[in-house]
Amino acid sequence: MSIKVVIKRNTYFDSVSLMSLSTKANQIEGVEQAIIGMGTEMNKGVIRNVGLMTPEVEEATAGDLMIIVKTANADQTESAYLAVEELLTNKNTAQAKSDIKYATIDSAAQGIPDANFAVISVNGAFAVREARKALENDLHVMLFSDNVSVEDEVELKTFAHEKGLLMMGPDCGTAIIGNTGLCFANAVRKGNIGIVAASGTGSQEVSVRVHDFGGGITQLIGTGGRDLSKEVGGIMMLDGIKALDADEATKVIVLVSKPPEASVEKKVLAQIKECSKPVVVYFIGGNEEAVVAAGGQFAKTSKEAALKAVLLAGIDEAGINKRALNLPLIEEVRAKLSPEQKYIRGLFCGGTLCDESMYIAMEKLDNVYSNIQKNPDFLLKDINVSQEHTFIDFGDDDFTNGKPHPMIDPSSRIERFLQEAKDPSVGVIVMDFVLGFGSHEDPVGVMLPAMIEAKQLAEKEGRHLEIIGYVLGTDLDTPRLEDQVKKLIDAGVTHASSSTNAGLLAREIVLKGENHE
Amino acid sequence: MSKINELFTSKVNVINVGIELFKDDILAQNATATHLEWSPPGGGKPEIIAALNKIDKAELAEKIEAANRLAVEKIVNSQPVLIGFDQAINVVPGMTKKTILHAGPPITWENMNGPMQGAVMGALVFEGLAKDLEEAAKVAASGEITFSPCHEHNAVGSMAGVTSASMFVHIVENKTYGNRAFTNLSEQMAKVLRMGANDDSVIDRLVWMRDVLGPILRDAMKLNKDGIDLRLMLAQALHMGDECHNRNNAGTSLFIQALTPYILETDYPVEQKRAVFDFVASSEYFSGPTWMACCKCALDAGHGIEHSTVVTTMARNGVEFGVRISGMAGNTWFTGPAQQVIGPMFAGYKPEDSGLDIGDSAITETYGIGGFAMATAPAIVALVGGTVDEAIGYSRQMKEITTTENQNITIPLLNFMGIATGIDIRKVIQTGILPIINTAIAHKEAGIGMIGAGITHPPMEAFEKALITISEKWA
Repeated sequence: MSIKVVIKRNTYFDSVSLMSLSTKANQIEGVEQAIIGMGTEMNKGVIRNVGLMTPEVEEATAGDLMIIVKTANADQTESAYLAVEELLTNKNTAQAKSDIKYATIDSAAQGIPDANFAVISVNGAFAVREARKALENDLHVMLFSDNVSVEDEVELKTFAHEKGLLMMGPDCGTAIIGNTGLCFANAVRKGNIGIVAASGTGSQEVSVRVHDFGGGITQLIGTGGRDLSKEVGGIMMLDGIKALDADEATKVIVLVSKPPEASVEKKVLAQIKECSKPVVVYFIGGNEEAVVAAGGQFAKTSKEAALKAVLLAGIDEAGINKRALNLPLIEEVRAKLSPEQKYIRGLFCGGTLCDESMYIAMEKLDNVYSNIQKNPDFLLKDINVSQEHTFIDFGDDDFTNGKPHPMIDPSSRIERFLQEAKDPSVGVIVMDFVLGFGSHEDPVGVMLPAMIEAKQLAEKEGRHLEIIGYVLGTDLDTPRLEDQVKKLIDAGVTHASSSTNAGLLAREIVLKGENHE
Repeated sequence: MSKINELFTSKVNVINVGIELFKDDILAQNATATHLEWSPPGGGKPEIIAALNKIDKAELAEKIEAANRLAVEKIVNSQPVLIGFDQAINVVPGMTKKTILHAGPPITWENMNGPMQGAVMGALVFEGLAKDLEEAAKVAASGEITFSPCHEHNAVGSMAGVTSASMFVHIVENKTYGNRAFTNLSEQMAKVLRMGANDDSVIDRLVWMRDVLGPILRDAMKLNKDGIDLRLMLAQALHMGDECHNRNNAGTSLFIQALTPYILETDYPVEQKRAVFDFVASSEYFSGPTWMACCKCALDAGHGIEHSTVVTTMARNGVEFGVRISGMAGNTWFTGPAQQVIGPMFAGYKPEDSGLDIGDSAITETYGIGGFAMATAPAIVALVGGTVDEAIGYSRQMKEITTTENQNITIPLLNFMGIATGIDIRKVIQTGILPIINTAIAHKEAGIGMIGAGITHPPMEAFEKALITISEKWA
């Protein structure tokens, strides 16, 4: 045992600081007991009780600081004392935490009078409550969360409609409001085209194509995937169309969705009829006649929707690079494939991108299976096993249950890709890579080793493995579109310039000896 | 223009709830976003969320809002004034010679912890109900003694809170609403009854307080016809660096300054007056109980308003932490286990020496001072982790769980923000933020006394029980 006693004459520390210092001093390595205190009778009493009294301590007065350090070994005493000294001189360098923090929407809305919007992405079990609080506070809402009941969705949207607020979602992944991309969105030019969309990646694709064709976006309003169901009745889409109609900056409106339920479609078409601005309608696999009859502009593909919109918006057609399909390339690839390499395997992160490629395939091919097929006969029996032509949406609940979206965490798609690449009946694997806010920082890079490995394996086995990659993004996005595309091309992947072209390329390559576009 | 079209022409200013990455992306686009420190309401427990949703229904929610507004209005408008001192038997409602009041929610003799039992035994000897401590233990267990919470007698008690018939108490009257509150006198800092000590030195001091200090204070205040406006003095003390729970340096100076002229005018011998001043000077804690009675007086005025979810009492008996809410009139206690107090300790003591949270002093936090007003007391920030920023953070954070700010009592450092007032159990449960309490750490064994100070929180369980009860009763 070794003790060091130091009395600092005429040195004052307040009692609370001393308590805190003593507590810290007792945690110093090697210290058996440390007492730091002013030389009051009470403190001297404590020292006496623990048997550490010395003549110097006895002499200390209430104006003197006493430091007593006891260590097990003599060689530790000096270093322990120095550590105590350091505590005494150590000025607080903690970072100022002056930022005001809020725990609830109520308090945040109260504390930030300029707040006008809430983005909510908490677990669905809690999301409704938060969304309601936001609406009660006159905040527009983007509800990213899924697993919200239809009843709750109707209640929230009705409440928002009555208050004249946006209620985007549940399950709304994409919006651009006042040129700010929210959740999954791309950096696009400001312009005069407004989008209302029930499908996230579909609207991302249209906005990116508009940008590529030289156009720009005013607002991109997401509605959530269920908005055009019978139960919800298109509340958000109808309000969105009205708002864009009233918006001075918007000249053209684009609607993106899967085909609405019949009664809702009627309402939407009636709204289009009433609308003072041209409306381009891209209902994937939808009915052209009804749209045209309502005075809308029908688009069969996302690319067509964007092209029609920019032309209506006043962009000169002569200056647009329409990114025509590379027909010689199709012939070239066809020649490389053996007769048994017949099938397309589409592995998608974006639901609408999957849908679009699938619908394009279904126009000319039979036996197109998917985990998101409407026709139950063509739903995959086992989502982990492909059948003939198979299109998989990895963003569907089947795959995301308890896991992050594949746009953030691509691991399950990588595994599946390697599995498909080994299948000798596969002619083409088509994949999307989504850039932009919210997405993975290097979606192509993360897939690259698997693609190279698969290509090498196929080469060893004497077959050609055709991979088509589409990168959804703009030249303003991070990571850079150009770099991502280059990585694909360098790895021997065929680059498609749009979601539409990706679907067409895949289909045409496997359509051997038949007519092609 | 519709609200949606207004949004189109303005910049988004987003409140982000959930995935933080979304906030970062918004900020990267030069728009404004604030990320909420969100946690699932009720800790994500389905039965708690169901209860929250039940009382959130518009009609009931409106009733609750209105009731809470009224409750905090009464708390804020209360003007507690010290009008005198007297022996408990003469003034405290329901006091009898064989009644012992204690801190916290109800508890039986057998279940009391060491310090509280120690204090009870000391009080029985002091009152002459037992000749020594041994007999006192028997008397206490005999069933002859009525044990009752201070809070059920318009009173509060520091630490063990043990208050017996002949002890002198503060008499605080609410000039706005007429109700009165009581609390005994500080024994200052040494071996004291409130910490469970009960040897001769403790009893001797209690006798002196009964025979000298008490009568002098009583007679002094008889000469002060206006009384002492405690709310005004409390507000001053906060501006002088107290939070009036663990730091009372300014408050005690102000208080004795107000009492001194009247003490001087009394007819007691100079040496007795001198002894009173020496006693007051021996510890800054002297006014600690005074502020407790002040807070109690205001909070009692806000108690018993139907449908109010405002907390009017937080108190601990060393075993359980009890909460009362305004909407449950009378003495409905919602309890959970008393917690450990975490903080720096006097030299020579370790965390395992500390007893569990005890005392009625959390009435100060219930009112909005103490831990809630840490930002006024930078000198003692060591208690709450060590930095002034942390102290400020606590004072701000408490606004998340309260109903209003009390503009009568302000925090200069926060641009004279009023203290956070009217803890709402709904907000506590929704945010998962528990009230912060600044308090002393008593040794777990009777008689040793205070060994440190720090912070603690009520158990969430007490708030959950209250929520479940009202959701069943009111919805």
